[in-house]
Amino acid sequence: MLERALSGSATYKKLVGVLMILMGLGFAAYLTQWEHGLMITGMGRDVSWGLYISQFTFLVGVAASAVMVVLPYYIHDVKVFGRITVLGEFLAIASVIMCMLFIMADLGKPMRVLNVMLYPTPNSILFWDMTVLTGYLLLNVFIGWNVLEAERKGTHYPKWVKPLIYISIPWAVSIHTVTAFLICGLPGREFWLTAIMAARFLASAFCSGPALLILLSLIVKKYTKFDPGKEAINKLLTVVTYAMLISVFFVILEIFTAFYSNIPSHMETLKYMFVGVDGKTALVPFMWMFVILAVAGVALLLHPNIRKNEKILIAACCCVFFSMYLDKGVGLIIGGFIPNMFGQIHQYAPTIPELMITIGIWSTGFFILTILYKIAVSVKEEVQG
Amino acid sequence: METSRRDFLKIGGLCALGLSSLEVGDAIAKSRAAKYLTNPDACTAKRWAMVIDVKKCWQAEKEECKDCILACDWAHNVPDIPVKRQEVKWLWNEKYENAFPDQDPALEPEEVKEKPFLVLCNHCTHAPCVRVCPTQATFKSADGITMMDMHRCIGCRYCMAACPYGARSFNWRDPRPYIKKINPAYPTRDRGVVEKCDFCVERLQNGKIPACVEACKQKALIFGDLDDPKSDVRKALDSRYSIRRKPELGTMPAVYYLI
Ligand code: SF4
Ligand code: SF4
Repeated sequence: MLERALSGSATYKKLVGVLMILMGLGFAAYLTQWEHGLMITGMGRDVSWGLYISQFTFLVGVAASAVMVVLPYYIHDVKVFGRITVLGEFLAIASVIMCMLFIMADLGKPMRVLNVMLYPTPNSILFWDMTVLTGYLLLNVFIGWNVLEAERKGTHYPKWVKPLIYISIPWAVSIHTVTAFLICGLPGREFWLTAIMAARFLASAFCSGPALLILLSLIVKKYTKFDPGKEAINKLLTVVTYAMLISVFFVILEIFTAFYSNIPSHMETLKYMFVGVDGKTALVPFMWMFVILAVAGVALLLHPNIRKNEKILIAACCCVFFSMYLDKGVGLIIGGFIPNMFGQIHQYAPTIPELMITIGIWSTGFFILTILYKIAVSVKEEVQG
Repeated sequence: METSRRDFLKIGGLCALGLSSLEVGDAIAKSRAAKYLTNPDACTAKRWAMVIDVKKCWQAEKEECKDCILACDWAHNVPDIPVKRQEVKWLWNEKYENAFPDQDPALEPEEVKEKPFLVLCNHCTHAPCVRVCPTQATFKSADGITMMDMHRCIGCRYCMAACPYGARSFNWRDPRPYIKKINPAYPTRDRGVVEKCDFCVERLQNGKIPACVEACKQKALIFGDLDDPKSDVRKALDSRYSIRRKPELGTMPAVYYLI
């Protein structure tokens, strides 16, 4: 089926070309990092994880959200999802690969990464994260590919795929739960030390991921002959709406607990993020942008015409995706390191090469996604006739 | 012709090497038991701990004493990195409000608020850094020291996120150009790995007390076995009131401050 990725319209080729240029730039920046080490980033002894790990955290959520089409389709037999399930699975593949690339980019000694497998350490959550992510990637590759192949041949997918599908459902939940455990069990990091971290992660994943999937479906619909179907999008929209409301609710819970208890260590990071401390306000614009987008997103999602008017739908999905991105892909990880363990505010700002590597990895993800979607859509167009 | 002859010689050499390495392997296997015997002169303890008598330390502070820090930096090839956020630190001074940020400093005597507190890895009994490390590159030794294997560390910095004391440093850059004078007795590090105070385990194994303890003329640093009621550290803790950093986190630090 792979050969379908090689031919395509001019727009397709242009898109692939642009992504490849961005990948190249990112790779060039990575070569500088390879040469000089992580000193070329904005991280330091206080904010020791930066953009790479926060992108990783966000993208694990996008990967996990594939379960929101897989589960209804295979378990509850929601037929309308049949057309887009593979789009969800392929989005998961691209996201997991991005996650892995971000981890690799963040390592001080990337060539030693196999030490995690050579010396398995069950008490380390990072060990589990790597294990479940690898498993999730394989699951989605096997499932997505076989189901699509079967569709092309007009047959039913092989029997052994079914158990894999069932396994993939709790597995998707596990990858994001484990990622939340990565940060929510660390003594002394009160901002992260919250029992609802995993729940918050899942809620934000289940709105940002499907929102992205809706946007991608609309793009596919616009540029190809394949129509994912209005009904599927409407069903996804319901998922997005509930998950978004729950996400916003969770954020309010965090803020209430911190400020009503009045415990300084629980309030400090939030204060830093939303109003700044001692004139240090690097995250403030991002956090208020998050608030504005989240409020706008909720308002648009609840708009009575959203199911009729595609413009409202697109705006709502963009608001949801970007607000959740700012919350989890920017604020949550970086905020956790500020103030530092000495109660001081040392801010973080990514450097140009760091940003280039980040954009390069995102482009790699979208490159993979484009190729996979191209294959999937070609197959679907053929089958449709 | 010439080449194949050389190749032949090479192969022959390799074979010989192979044979002799078998013998060497045998010898190593035989002496393995002996290899793990500890140095009879080594300092031993059940649970190493350090007590810092801050009052004594402050007496020397008038002359801006940095003897312990300099001794440590020299002993362990700690680089002097010019970029502040990328500094590598094993033993250094912090203000009270920073060393003990949860104490909510308010009306302590001026002296306490202004004077320095030495900070270092606490060699916690329940060390969060050890708990999170995905490769066991950081681990506990039998005598309570939190150790680092810089050859295994992958540089994920999970341990830095987990250490509640900011005691760990990452080599953001190659540290070697920033070491003023290299001490050949201790390895230098490569970029991309994490490091921190190791309670001078390499000195203890050779029967020497930690470099900082040895260097302090004021005798402000006391080192010994926490499990031995007759040790100096226990005597110091029996006689004076002491505090530890962030005890509420349950990490059980092995570094005590006499107030
Ligand atoms: S002080 Fe930090 S680095 Fe040292 S043992 Fe405790 S947690 Fe680990
Ligand atoms: S940086 Fe090294 S020592 Fe720290 S957790 Fe990662 S592998 Fe372990």
